[in-house]
Amino acid sequence: MPETHEPPSLFSAAVDACKHMIFSLQDYSLLVVRAMGNAFTPPSYWGDTLEQMDLIGVGSLGIVVVTFFFIGGVLVLQTAAQFQRFGETTLTGDAVSLALVRELGPAITALLVAGRNASGIASELGSMVVTEQVDAMRALGTDPMRKLATPRVVAMVLTLPLLVAAADFVGLIGGYVVSYFTLGLGAIQFWTRAVNALEFGDLVQGFIKPLIFGMIISTVACHQGLRVRGGTQGVGRATTSAVVISSVTVLVVDFFLAKALLYIFRS
Amino acid sequence: MLDVSTTAPLTGAPLVVPGEPLIAFQDVHIGFGEDEVLRGISFEVWPGETKVLLGESGSGKTLIMKLAAGLLRADSGKIWVMGHDLGEMPEDELLRFRRHIGFVFQEGALFDSLTVEENVSFRLREEGLPEEETLQRTREVLQFVELEQAIDMYPGDLSGGMRRRASIARALADRPPLVFYDSPTAGLDPVTSQTIITLILRGRDIQGVTAMLATHRVQDAFGLAHFRFERESNRVVPIKPGGLPRLEGAPAADIEQTAGSTRTSVLVLRDGQVYFEGTAVALLHPADEYLKKFLASAE
Ligand SMILES: Nc1ncnc2c1ncn2[C@@H]1O[C@H](COP(=O)(O)OP(=O)(O)OP(=O)(O)O)[C@@H](O)[C@H]1O
Ligand SMILES: [Mg+2]
Repeated sequence: MPETHEPPSLFSAAVDACKHMIFSLQDYSLLVVRAMGNAFTPPSYWGDTLEQMDLIGVGSLGIVVVTFFFIGGVLVLQTAAQFQRFGETTLTGDAVSLALVRELGPAITALLVAGRNASGIASELGSMVVTEQVDAMRALGTDPMRKLATPRVVAMVLTLPLLVAAADFVGLIGGYVVSYFTLGLGAIQFWTRAVNALEFGDLVQGFIKPLIFGMIISTVACHQGLRVRGGTQGVGRATTSAVVISSVTVLVVDFFLAKALLYIFRS
Repeated sequence: MLDVSTTAPLTGAPLVVPGEPLIAFQDVHIGFGEDEVLRGISFEVWPGETKVLLGESGSGKTLIMKLAAGLLRADSGKIWVMGHDLGEMPEDELLRFRRHIGFVFQEGALFDSLTVEENVSFRLREEGLPEEETLQRTREVLQFVELEQAIDMYPGDLSGGMRRRASIARALADRPPLVFYDSPTAGLDPVTSQTIITLILRGRDIQGVTAMLATHRVQDAFGLAHFRFERESNRVVPIKPGGLPRLEGAPAADIEQTAGSTRTSVLVLRDGQVYFEGTAVALLHPADEYLKKFLASAE
Protein backbone atom coordinates (compact mmCIF):
# COMPACT_ATOMS: atom_id res chain seq x y z
CA MET A 1 0.00 0.00 0.00
CA PRO A 2 1.57 3.30 -1.00
CA GLU A 3 1.67 5.67 1.91
CA THR A 4 0.47 9.17 1.39
CA HIS A 5 1.91 11.85 3.58
CA GLU A 6 -0.64 14.61 3.46
CA PRO A 7 -0.08 17.44 5.84
CA PRO A 8 -2.48 16.92 8.75
CA SER A 9 -5.55 19.09 8.49
CA LEU A 10 -6.24 21.63 11.18
CA PHE A 11 -9.23 19.62 12.29
CA SER A 12 -7.37 16.36 12.71
CA ALA A 13 -4.56 18.12 14.51
CA ALA A 14 -7.07 19.64 16.90
CA VAL A 15 -8.70 16.25 17.45
CA ASP A 16 -5.31 14.73 18.17
CA ALA A 17 -4.44 17.45 20.60
CA CYS A 18 -7.77 16.98 22.38
CA LYS A 19 -7.27 13.25 22.56
CA HIS A 20 -3.81 13.76 23.94
CA MET A 21 -5.11 16.12 26.58
CA ILE A 22 -7.88 13.80 27.62
CA PHE A 23 -5.48 10.89 27.90
CA SER A 24 -3.08 12.83 29.99
CA LEU A 25 -5.92 14.13 32.17
CA GLN A 26 -7.11 10.59 32.66
CA ASP A 27 -3.58 9.54 33.47
CA TYR A 28 -3.32 12.35 35.96
CA SER A 29 -6.61 11.51 37.67
CA LEU A 30 -5.47 7.93 38.00
CA LEU A 31 -2.27 9.11 39.66
CA VAL A 32 -4.20 11.32 42.07
CA VAL A 33 -6.50 8.48 43.06
CA ARG A 34 -3.70 5.98 43.48
CA ALA A 35 -1.24 8.28 45.21
CA MET A 36 -3.90 9.39 47.69
CA GLY A 37 -5.41 5.93 48.11
CA ASN A 38 -2.04 4.40 48.88
CA ALA A 39 -1.72 6.71 51.85
CA PHE A 40 -4.40 4.76 53.66
CA THR A 41 -3.26 1.21 52.99
CA PRO A 42 -0.07 -0.58 54.01
CA PRO A 43 2.79 -0.72 53.29
CA SER A 44 3.52 2.91 54.08
CA TYR A 45 6.84 4.60 53.69
CA TRP A 46 6.90 6.92 56.68
CA GLY A 47 10.64 7.32 56.49
CA ASP A 48 10.40 8.62 52.94
CA THR A 49 7.47 10.83 53.90
CA LEU A 50 9.39 12.42 56.78
CA GLU A 51 12.38 12.98 54.55
CA GLN A 52 10.17 14.74 52.01
CA MET A 53 8.49 16.83 54.74
CA ASP A 54 11.92 17.95 55.82
CA LEU A 55 12.87 18.74 52.25
CA ILE A 56 9.69 20.69 51.57
CA GLY A 57 9.04 22.23 54.98
CA VAL A 58 12.42 23.03 56.41
CA GLY A 59 13.87 23.52 52.96
CA SER A 60 11.32 26.14 51.95
CA LEU A 61 11.00 27.86 55.31
CA GLY A 62 13.85 30.25 54.58
CA ILE A 63 12.49 31.68 51.37
CA VAL A 64 8.98 31.80 52.81
CA VAL A 65 10.13 33.80 55.83
CA VAL A 66 12.10 36.31 53.79
CA THR A 67 9.40 36.67 51.15
CA PHE A 68 6.58 37.18 53.58
CA PHE A 69 8.38 39.63 55.80
CA PHE A 70 8.66 41.89 52.80
CA ILE A 71 5.18 41.15 51.49
CA GLY A 72 3.73 42.19 54.85
CA GLY A 73 5.87 45.28 54.75
CA VAL A 74 4.97 46.31 51.25
CA LEU A 75 1.27 45.77 51.95
CA VAL A 76 1.52 48.40 54.67
CA LEU A 77 3.54 50.75 52.48
CA GLN A 78 0.99 50.58 49.70
CA THR A 79 -2.13 50.88 51.84
CA ALA A 80 -0.87 53.27 54.50
CA ALA A 81 -1.30 56.35 52.31
CA GLN A 82 -4.95 55.51 51.70
CA PHE A 83 -5.68 54.90 55.35
CA GLN A 84 -3.87 58.08 56.32
CA ARG A 85 -6.08 60.07 53.97
CA PHE A 86 -9.12 58.94 55.89
CA GLY A 87 -7.32 59.11 59.22
CA GLU A 88 -7.91 55.43 59.82
CA THR A 89 -4.36 54.17 60.15
CA THR A 90 -5.41 51.60 62.74
CA LEU A 91 -7.18 49.71 59.95
CA THR A 92 -3.77 48.76 58.59
CA GLY A 93 -3.73 45.72 60.86
CA ASP A 94 -7.09 44.54 59.49
CA ALA A 95 -6.02 44.97 55.92
CA VAL A 96 -2.72 43.18 56.29
CA SER A 97 -4.08 40.23 58.19
CA LEU A 98 -7.11 39.71 55.96
CA ALA A 99 -5.05 39.92 52.81
CA LEU A 100 -2.43 37.58 54.15
CA VAL A 101 -4.59 34.92 55.74
CA ARG A 102 -7.25 34.75 53.09
CA GLU A 103 -5.27 35.20 49.96
CA LEU A 104 -1.61 36.03 49.84
CA GLY A 105 -0.43 33.52 52.42
CA PRO A 106 -1.82 30.42 50.69
CA ALA A 107 -1.37 31.58 47.11
CA ILE A 108 2.14 32.98 47.29
CA THR A 109 3.45 30.20 49.53
CA ALA A 110 2.01 27.73 47.04
CA LEU A 111 3.75 29.53 44.18
CA LEU A 112 7.06 29.57 46.05
CA VAL A 113 6.79 25.89 46.89
CA ALA A 114 5.74 25.11 43.32
CA GLY A 115 8.84 26.87 42.05
CA ARG A 116 11.12 25.21 44.51
CA ASN A 117 9.70 21.74 45.11
CA ALA A 118 7.54 20.91 42.10
CA SER A 119 10.63 21.37 39.97
CA GLY A 120 12.66 19.30 42.39
CA ILE A 121 10.16 16.46 42.45
CA ALA A 122 9.63 16.41 38.69
CA SER A 123 13.32 16.42 37.88
CA GLU A 124 14.14 13.79 40.48
CA LEU A 125 11.41 11.41 39.36
CA GLY A 126 12.06 12.21 35.70
CA SER A 127 15.73 11.32 36.04
CA MET A 128 14.76 8.09 37.74
CA VAL A 129 12.50 7.26 34.81
CA VAL A 130 15.10 7.91 32.12
CA THR A 131 17.82 5.97 33.95
CA GLU A 132 15.39 3.05 34.35
CA GLN A 133 15.45 3.33 38.13
CA VAL A 134 11.67 3.34 38.15
CA ASP A 135 11.61 0.16 36.08
CA ALA A 136 14.24 -1.31 38.39
CA MET A 137 11.95 -0.57 41.30
CA ARG A 138 9.09 -2.30 39.56
CA ALA A 139 11.37 -5.22 38.79
CA LEU A 140 12.19 -5.48 42.48
CA GLY A 141 8.48 -5.74 43.22
CA THR A 142 7.99 -2.27 44.69
CA ASP A 143 5.23 -0.01 43.45
CA PRO A 144 6.84 3.28 42.36
CA MET A 145 3.53 5.03 42.92
CA ARG A 146 3.56 3.95 46.54
CA LYS A 147 7.26 4.40 47.17
CA LEU A 148 7.82 7.60 45.21
CA ALA A 149 4.57 9.48 44.61
CA THR A 150 2.61 8.87 47.80
CA PRO A 151 5.29 10.07 50.25
CA ARG A 152 5.72 13.25 48.24
CA VAL A 153 2.01 13.94 48.03
CA VAL A 154 1.39 13.22 51.71
CA ALA A 155 4.40 15.26 52.75
CA MET A 156 3.32 18.21 50.64
CA VAL A 157 -0.28 18.13 51.85
CA LEU A 158 0.85 18.01 55.48
CA THR A 159 3.60 20.58 55.16
CA LEU A 160 2.06 23.32 53.07
CA PRO A 161 -0.50 24.39 55.72
CA LEU A 162 2.31 24.68 58.26
CA LEU A 163 4.35 26.77 55.86
CA VAL A 164 1.34 28.97 55.21
CA ALA A 165 0.83 29.48 58.95
CA ALA A 166 4.46 30.53 59.23
CA ALA A 167 4.06 32.78 56.19
CA ASP A 168 1.01 34.53 57.63
CA PHE A 169 2.74 35.09 60.93
CA VAL A 170 5.94 36.45 59.42
CA GLY A 171 3.92 38.61 57.03
CA LEU A 172 2.15 40.18 59.98
CA ILE A 173 5.46 40.81 61.69
CA GLY A 174 6.72 42.51 58.55
CA GLY A 175 3.55 44.55 58.40
CA TYR A 176 3.88 45.53 62.00
CA VAL A 177 7.50 46.58 61.69
CA VAL A 178 6.76 48.79 58.71
CA SER A 179 3.64 50.33 60.23
CA TYR A 180 5.58 51.09 63.39
CA PHE A 181 8.18 53.02 61.46
CA THR A 182 5.96 54.71 58.88
CA LEU A 183 2.66 55.19 60.70
CA GLY A 184 3.92 55.03 64.23
CA LEU A 185 1.39 52.33 65.12
CA GLY A 186 1.84 50.69 68.51
CA ALA A 187 2.12 46.96 68.91
CA ILE A 188 -1.22 46.62 70.70
CA GLN A 189 -3.03 48.72 68.14
CA PHE A 190 -1.68 46.70 65.26
CA TRP A 191 -1.94 43.19 66.68
CA THR A 192 -5.37 43.44 68.31
CA ARG A 193 -6.82 44.81 65.08
CA ALA A 194 -5.01 42.21 63.05
CA VAL A 195 -6.28 39.34 65.17
CA ASN A 196 -9.79 40.68 65.64
CA ALA A 197 -10.24 41.21 61.94
CA LEU A 198 -10.09 37.49 61.33
CA GLU A 199 -13.25 35.47 61.46
CA PHE A 200 -13.69 31.75 61.57
CA GLY A 201 -14.35 31.64 57.85
CA ASP A 202 -11.07 33.36 57.11
CA LEU A 203 -9.14 30.80 59.11
CA VAL A 204 -10.95 27.95 57.39
CA GLN A 205 -10.15 29.49 54.05
CA GLY A 206 -6.55 29.98 55.03
CA PHE A 207 -6.28 26.37 56.05
CA ILE A 208 -8.23 24.57 53.33
CA LYS A 209 -6.50 26.34 50.49
CA PRO A 210 -3.00 25.09 51.29
CA LEU A 211 -4.29 21.54 51.69
CA ILE A 212 -5.70 21.64 48.18
CA PHE A 213 -2.77 23.55 46.71
CA GLY A 214 -0.39 21.03 48.25
CA MET A 215 -2.28 18.23 46.60
CA ILE A 216 -2.23 20.00 43.25
CA ILE A 217 1.46 20.87 43.33
CA SER A 218 2.65 17.45 44.42
CA THR A 219 0.45 15.39 42.13
CA VAL A 220 1.21 17.56 39.09
CA ALA A 221 4.92 17.32 39.85
CA CYS A 222 4.82 13.53 40.31
CA HIS A 223 2.74 13.12 37.16
CA GLN A 224 5.09 15.23 35.07
CA GLY A 225 8.10 13.44 36.52
CA LEU A 226 6.84 9.90 36.09
CA ARG A 227 5.69 10.38 32.49
CA VAL A 228 9.02 11.67 31.23
CA ARG A 229 10.12 10.38 27.83
CA GLY A 230 13.14 11.33 25.84
CA GLY A 231 16.19 11.60 28.04
CA THR A 232 17.57 14.61 29.82
CA GLN A 233 15.74 16.99 27.54
CA GLY A 234 12.51 15.32 28.58
CA VAL A 235 13.48 15.83 32.20
CA GLY A 236 14.03 19.51 31.54
CA ARG A 237 10.67 19.85 29.85
CA ALA A 238 8.93 17.98 32.65
CA THR A 239 10.53 20.23 35.25
CA THR A 240 9.39 23.35 33.46
CA SER A 241 5.88 22.12 32.87
CA ALA A 242 5.57 20.90 36.46
CA VAL A 243 6.19 24.43 37.69
CA VAL A 244 4.08 26.13 35.05
CA ILE A 245 1.11 23.78 35.25
CA SER A 246 1.04 23.65 39.03
CA SER A 247 1.40 27.42 39.42
CA VAL A 248 -1.32 28.24 36.93
CA THR A 249 -3.62 25.55 38.31
CA VAL A 250 -3.10 26.85 41.83
CA LEU A 251 -4.08 30.38 40.81
CA VAL A 252 -7.13 29.25 38.85
CA VAL A 253 -8.30 26.94 41.62
CA ASP A 254 -7.62 29.72 44.10
CA PHE A 255 -10.18 31.90 42.40
CA PHE A 256 -12.90 29.28 42.48
CA LEU A 257 -12.06 28.22 46.02
CA ALA A 258 -12.24 31.82 47.17
CA LYS A 259 -15.60 32.15 45.49
CA ALA A 260 -16.92 28.94 47.05
CA LEU A 261 -15.55 29.62 50.51
CA LEU A 262 -16.75 33.22 50.53
CA TYR A 263 -20.18 31.92 49.58
CA ILE A 264 -20.18 29.34 52.37
CA PHE A 265 -18.90 31.72 55.04
CA ARG A 266 -20.56 34.92 53.90
CA SER A 267 -21.57 36.94 56.90
CA MET B 1 -2.33 -16.24 42.92
CA LEU B 2 1.14 -16.03 44.34
CA ASP B 3 1.58 -15.40 47.97
CA VAL B 4 4.74 -13.41 48.19
CA SER B 5 3.70 -11.20 51.04
CA THR B 6 5.41 -13.46 53.54
CA THR B 7 9.00 -12.92 54.46
CA ALA B 8 9.95 -16.54 53.87
CA PRO B 9 13.10 -16.84 51.79
CA LEU B 10 12.20 -17.42 48.21
CA THR B 11 13.18 -20.67 46.62
CA GLY B 12 12.39 -22.03 43.25
CA ALA B 13 10.70 -25.12 44.53
CA PRO B 14 7.02 -24.21 44.82
CA LEU B 15 6.99 -22.21 41.62
CA VAL B 16 8.37 -24.83 39.33
CA VAL B 17 5.77 -27.12 37.92
CA PRO B 18 7.43 -30.42 36.92
CA GLY B 19 7.19 -31.16 33.24
CA GLU B 20 6.39 -27.57 32.36
CA PRO B 21 8.66 -24.83 31.13
CA LEU B 22 9.39 -21.95 33.47
CA ILE B 23 8.93 -19.43 30.69
CA ALA B 24 6.90 -19.90 27.55
CA PHE B 25 6.38 -17.33 24.79
CA GLN B 26 3.68 -18.05 22.24
CA ASP B 27 3.63 -15.94 19.11
CA VAL B 28 4.45 -12.72 20.91
CA HIS B 29 4.24 -9.45 19.03
CA ILE B 30 5.15 -5.98 20.16
CA GLY B 31 5.64 -2.77 18.25
CA PHE B 32 6.06 0.93 18.76
CA GLY B 33 4.14 3.28 16.57
CA GLU B 34 4.20 2.09 12.99
CA ASP B 35 6.79 -0.64 13.06
CA GLU B 36 6.62 -3.98 14.75
CA VAL B 37 9.78 -4.94 16.59
CA LEU B 38 8.94 -8.49 17.66
CA ARG B 39 6.95 -10.42 15.07
CA GLY B 40 5.81 -13.66 16.53
CA ILE B 41 8.34 -14.88 19.05
CA SER B 42 7.86 -18.35 20.53
CA PHE B 43 10.25 -20.23 22.77
CA GLU B 44 10.49 -21.99 26.10
CA VAL B 45 12.89 -21.91 29.00
CA TRP B 46 13.04 -24.97 31.22
CA PRO B 47 13.85 -25.00 34.92
CA GLY B 48 17.61 -24.91 35.41
CA GLU B 49 18.25 -23.83 31.85
CA THR B 50 20.21 -20.78 30.80
CA LYS B 51 18.83 -19.30 27.63
CA VAL B 52 21.28 -17.10 25.79
CA LEU B 53 19.69 -14.44 23.59
CA LEU B 54 21.96 -13.41 20.76
CA GLY B 55 21.20 -10.79 18.20
CA GLU B 56 22.30 -7.54 16.70
CA SER B 57 21.78 -4.32 18.51
CA GLY B 58 18.12 -3.40 18.30
CA SER B 59 16.95 -6.92 17.58
CA GLY B 60 14.74 -6.94 20.65
CA LYS B 61 16.71 -8.81 23.31
CA THR B 62 15.92 -6.30 25.99
CA LEU B 63 12.30 -6.21 24.93
CA ILE B 64 11.95 -9.99 25.29
CA MET B 65 13.37 -9.92 28.80
CA LYS B 66 11.22 -6.99 29.85
CA LEU B 67 8.19 -8.78 28.48
CA ALA B 68 9.12 -11.91 30.41
CA ALA B 69 9.47 -9.89 33.60
CA GLY B 70 6.10 -8.25 33.01
CA LEU B 71 7.68 -4.80 32.74
CA LEU B 72 6.14 -4.40 29.30
CA ARG B 73 2.96 -5.84 27.89
CA ALA B 74 2.84 -7.67 24.59
CA ASP B 75 0.56 -6.39 21.83
CA SER B 76 -0.52 -9.94 21.14
CA GLY B 77 0.51 -13.47 21.98
CA LYS B 78 0.82 -15.26 25.30
CA ILE B 79 3.58 -15.16 27.86
CA TRP B 80 3.63 -17.71 30.64
CA VAL B 81 6.13 -17.38 33.45
CA MET B 82 6.17 -19.70 36.45
CA GLY B 83 2.67 -20.82 35.67
CA HIS B 84 1.22 -17.32 35.31
CA ASP B 85 -0.28 -15.78 32.23
CA LEU B 86 1.35 -12.36 32.45
CA GLY B 87 -1.16 -10.80 30.08
CA GLU B 88 -3.94 -11.50 32.56
CA MET B 89 -2.25 -10.05 35.61
CA PRO B 90 -2.89 -6.51 36.83
CA GLU B 91 0.12 -4.46 37.86
CA ASP B 92 -0.21 -5.12 41.59
CA GLU B 93 -0.14 -8.87 41.03
CA LEU B 94 2.79 -8.42 38.70
CA LEU B 95 4.61 -6.55 41.45
CA ARG B 96 4.22 -9.51 43.77
CA PHE B 97 5.16 -11.90 40.99
CA ARG B 98 8.35 -9.96 40.32
CA ARG B 99 9.56 -10.59 43.86
CA HIS B 100 10.43 -14.05 42.50
CA ILE B 101 12.66 -12.82 39.75
CA GLY B 102 15.88 -10.90 39.49
CA PHE B 103 16.51 -8.42 36.70
CA VAL B 104 19.92 -7.03 35.81
CA PHE B 105 19.33 -3.99 33.64
CA GLN B 106 21.51 -3.26 30.67
CA GLU B 107 22.58 0.07 32.13
CA GLY B 108 22.59 -1.18 35.71
CA ALA B 109 19.74 1.07 36.82
CA LEU B 110 21.09 1.31 40.35
CA PHE B 111 19.30 3.78 42.62
CA ASP B 112 21.81 6.58 42.50
CA SER B 113 20.76 8.26 45.72
CA LEU B 114 21.29 5.06 47.70
CA THR B 115 24.57 3.42 48.67
CA VAL B 116 25.60 0.06 47.25
CA GLU B 117 24.49 -1.55 50.50
CA GLU B 118 21.06 0.11 50.34
CA ASN B 119 20.71 -0.81 46.69
CA VAL B 120 21.51 -4.45 47.26
CA SER B 121 19.35 -4.76 50.35
CA PHE B 122 16.44 -2.87 48.78
CA ARG B 123 14.18 -5.86 48.30
CA LEU B 124 15.19 -7.49 51.59
CA ARG B 125 14.18 -4.29 53.41
CA GLU B 126 10.96 -4.07 51.40
CA GLU B 127 10.12 -7.57 52.51
CA GLY B 128 10.65 -6.58 56.10
CA LEU B 129 13.50 -8.91 56.87
CA PRO B 130 15.06 -8.25 60.30
CA GLU B 131 17.87 -5.73 60.07
CA GLU B 132 20.57 -8.16 61.17
CA GLU B 133 19.65 -10.75 58.61
CA THR B 134 19.39 -8.08 55.93
CA LEU B 135 22.89 -6.87 56.66
CA GLN B 136 24.29 -10.36 56.77
CA ARG B 137 22.68 -11.35 53.48
CA THR B 138 23.74 -8.13 51.85
CA ARG B 139 27.33 -8.73 52.89
CA GLU B 140 27.12 -12.29 51.66
CA VAL B 141 25.92 -11.33 48.23
CA LEU B 142 28.41 -8.48 47.98
CA GLN B 143 31.13 -10.97 48.85
CA PHE B 144 29.74 -13.18 46.14
CA VAL B 145 30.27 -10.46 43.54
CA GLU B 146 33.52 -9.39 45.24
CA LEU B 147 32.37 -5.93 46.06
CA GLU B 148 32.51 -5.80 49.87
CA GLN B 149 34.96 -2.93 49.78
CA ALA B 150 32.42 -0.75 47.97
CA ILE B 151 29.59 -1.36 50.41
CA ASP B 152 29.24 2.29 51.48
CA MET B 153 29.91 3.87 48.12
CA TYR B 154 27.36 5.51 45.86
CA PRO B 155 26.78 4.13 42.36
CA GLY B 156 28.13 7.32 40.83
CA ASP B 157 31.52 6.58 42.38
CA LEU B 158 31.80 3.05 40.99
CA SER B 159 33.48 1.93 37.80
CA GLY B 160 31.36 0.44 35.03
CA GLY B 161 32.29 -3.12 35.93
CA MET B 162 31.63 -2.53 39.61
CA ARG B 163 28.25 -1.04 38.81
CA ARG B 164 27.40 -4.09 36.75
CA ARG B 165 28.38 -6.34 39.65
CA ALA B 166 26.43 -4.25 42.14
CA SER B 167 23.44 -4.55 39.87
CA ILE B 168 23.87 -8.32 39.74
CA ALA B 169 24.16 -8.39 43.53
CA ARG B 170 20.90 -6.48 43.83
CA ALA B 171 19.15 -8.92 41.53
CA LEU B 172 20.49 -11.94 43.39
CA ALA B 173 20.14 -10.63 46.95
CA ASP B 174 17.11 -12.65 47.91
CA ARG B 175 18.02 -15.63 45.76
CA PRO B 176 15.33 -15.52 43.12
CA PRO B 177 14.89 -18.75 41.17
CA LEU B 178 14.72 -16.88 37.87
CA VAL B 179 17.15 -14.17 36.79
CA PHE B 180 17.31 -12.00 33.65
CA TYR B 181 20.73 -10.69 32.76
CA ASP B 182 20.47 -7.97 30.15
CA SER B 183 23.80 -7.61 28.37
CA PRO B 184 25.86 -7.86 31.57
CA THR B 185 29.12 -8.06 29.65
CA ALA B 186 28.49 -5.29 27.14
CA GLY B 187 31.21 -2.68 27.03
CA LEU B 188 33.46 -4.43 29.52
CA ASP B 189 37.01 -5.67 29.02
CA PRO B 190 37.44 -9.45 28.47
CA VAL B 191 38.70 -10.06 32.01
CA THR B 192 35.79 -8.32 33.70
CA SER B 193 33.38 -9.98 31.29
CA GLN B 194 34.82 -13.31 32.35
CA THR B 195 34.27 -12.43 36.00
CA ILE B 196 30.67 -11.68 35.25
CA ILE B 197 30.18 -14.94 33.36
CA THR B 198 31.72 -16.69 36.36
CA LEU B 199 29.12 -15.05 38.57
CA ILE B 200 26.37 -16.29 36.32
CA LEU B 201 27.87 -19.79 36.33
CA ARG B 202 27.98 -19.70 40.11
CA GLY B 203 24.36 -18.67 40.28
CA ARG B 204 23.41 -21.45 37.94
CA ASP B 205 25.50 -24.25 39.39
CA ILE B 206 25.35 -23.43 43.07
CA GLN B 207 21.97 -21.77 43.49
CA GLY B 208 20.22 -23.54 40.66
CA VAL B 209 19.10 -20.33 39.02
CA THR B 210 17.18 -20.43 35.77
CA ALA B 211 18.30 -17.57 33.62
CA MET B 212 18.01 -15.64 30.42
CA LEU B 213 21.07 -13.80 29.22
CA ALA B 214 21.15 -11.23 26.47
CA THR B 215 24.51 -10.62 24.88
CA HIS B 216 26.33 -9.67 21.70
CA ARG B 217 29.24 -11.91 22.61
CA VAL B 218 29.13 -15.45 21.33
CA GLN B 219 31.94 -16.24 23.78
CA ASP B 220 29.46 -15.75 26.59
CA ALA B 221 27.26 -18.49 25.19
CA PHE B 222 30.23 -20.83 24.76
CA GLY B 223 31.52 -19.99 28.22
CA LEU B 224 28.20 -20.90 29.75
CA ALA B 225 27.92 -24.06 27.67
CA HIS B 226 31.42 -25.39 28.25
CA PHE B 227 32.16 -24.51 31.83
CA ARG B 228 30.66 -25.03 35.19
CA PHE B 229 31.34 -23.72 38.64
CA GLU B 230 32.70 -26.34 40.97
CA ARG B 231 31.61 -25.85 44.54
CA GLU B 232 34.40 -27.93 46.08
CA SER B 233 37.30 -26.14 44.46
CA ASN B 234 35.45 -22.83 44.18
CA ARG B 235 36.59 -22.54 40.57
CA VAL B 236 35.31 -22.64 37.05
CA VAL B 237 36.10 -25.98 35.42
CA PRO B 238 35.39 -27.37 31.96
CA ILE B 239 32.39 -29.63 31.70
CA LYS B 240 33.25 -33.27 31.04
CA PRO B 241 30.80 -35.37 29.05
CA GLY B 242 27.79 -36.07 31.22
CA GLY B 243 29.24 -33.67 33.74
CA LEU B 244 26.00 -32.11 34.87
CA PRO B 245 22.92 -33.89 36.10
CA ARG B 246 20.09 -34.20 33.64
CA LEU B 247 17.46 -31.52 33.71
CA GLU B 248 14.06 -32.52 34.94
CA GLY B 249 11.34 -32.53 32.38
CA ALA B 250 13.21 -30.78 29.63
CA PRO B 251 13.03 -32.39 26.22
CA ALA B 252 16.51 -33.63 25.40
CA ALA B 253 16.39 -32.37 21.86
CA ASP B 254 16.07 -28.77 22.94
CA ILE B 255 18.82 -28.81 25.49
CA GLU B 256 21.48 -31.35 24.87
CA GLN B 257 22.69 -32.99 28.01
CA THR B 258 26.09 -33.80 26.61
CA ALA B 259 29.26 -31.90 27.08
CA GLY B 260 29.56 -28.56 25.49
CA SER B 261 25.93 -27.64 25.62
CA THR B 262 24.74 -28.63 29.01
CA ARG B 263 21.94 -26.55 30.42
CA THR B 264 22.63 -23.83 27.95
CA SER B 265 20.66 -23.12 24.84
CA VAL B 266 20.92 -20.32 22.39
CA LEU B 267 18.35 -18.22 20.63
CA VAL B 268 19.37 -15.95 17.79
CA LEU B 269 17.03 -13.11 16.92
CA ARG B 270 16.78 -11.52 13.53
CA ASP B 271 14.17 -9.16 12.13
CA GLY B 272 11.91 -9.65 15.09
CA GLN B 273 11.83 -13.39 14.77
CA VAL B 274 13.64 -16.38 16.18
CA TYR B 275 16.27 -17.09 13.56
CA PHE B 276 18.01 -19.95 15.26
CA GLU B 277 17.27 -21.99 18.32
CA GLY B 278 19.46 -24.76 19.65
CA THR B 279 22.60 -25.62 21.47
CA ALA B 280 25.84 -23.73 21.56
CA VAL B 281 27.47 -26.72 19.86
CA ALA B 282 25.16 -26.41 16.91
CA LEU B 283 26.11 -22.77 16.75
CA LEU B 284 29.78 -23.73 16.47
CA HIS B 285 29.32 -25.11 12.99
CA PRO B 286 26.65 -22.97 11.45
CA ALA B 287 25.39 -24.01 8.08
CA ASP B 288 23.68 -20.73 7.56
CA GLU B 289 25.26 -17.69 5.93
CA TYR B 290 23.78 -15.12 8.28
CA LEU B 291 24.86 -17.06 11.36
CA LYS B 292 28.34 -17.47 9.92
CA LYS B 293 28.59 -13.78 9.33
CA PHE B 294 27.12 -12.93 12.68
CA LEU B 295 29.47 -15.27 14.54
CA ALA B 296 32.51 -14.17 12.59
CA SER B 297 31.84 -10.51 13.26
CA ALA B 298 31.18 -11.18 16.90
CA GLU B 299 34.58 -12.70 17.55
N1 LIG C 1 9.98 2.28 24.59
C1 LIG C 1 10.29 2.15 23.29
N2 LIG C 1 9.76 2.99 22.38
C2 LIG C 1 10.04 2.87 21.08
N3 LIG C 1 10.84 1.94 20.57
C3 LIG C 1 11.42 1.08 21.41
C4 LIG C 1 11.17 1.13 22.82
N4 LIG C 1 11.86 0.12 23.40
C5 LIG C 1 12.51 -0.50 22.42
N5 LIG C 1 12.25 0.05 21.21
C6 LIG C 1 12.79 -0.38 19.92
O1 LIG C 1 12.76 -1.78 19.88
C7 LIG C 1 13.92 -2.28 19.24
C8 LIG C 1 14.54 -3.35 20.09
O2 LIG C 1 15.07 -2.77 21.25
P1 LIG C 1 15.88 -3.60 22.33
O3 LIG C 1 16.24 -2.64 23.40
O4 LIG C 1 15.11 -4.77 22.74
O5 LIG C 1 17.17 -4.04 21.52
P2 LIG C 1 18.36 -4.94 22.02
O6 LIG C 1 18.35 -6.21 21.24
O7 LIG C 1 18.32 -5.07 23.50
O8 LIG C 1 19.60 -4.08 21.57
P3 LIG C 1 20.99 -3.88 22.32
O9 LIG C 1 21.79 -5.10 22.02
O10 LIG C 1 21.57 -2.68 21.66
O11 LIG C 1 20.72 -3.70 23.76
C9 LIG C 1 14.81 -1.10 18.98
O12 LIG C 1 14.74 -0.81 17.62
C10 LIG C 1 14.23 0.03 19.78
O13 LIG C 1 14.33 1.23 19.08
MG1 LIG D 1 19.36 -4.31 25.02
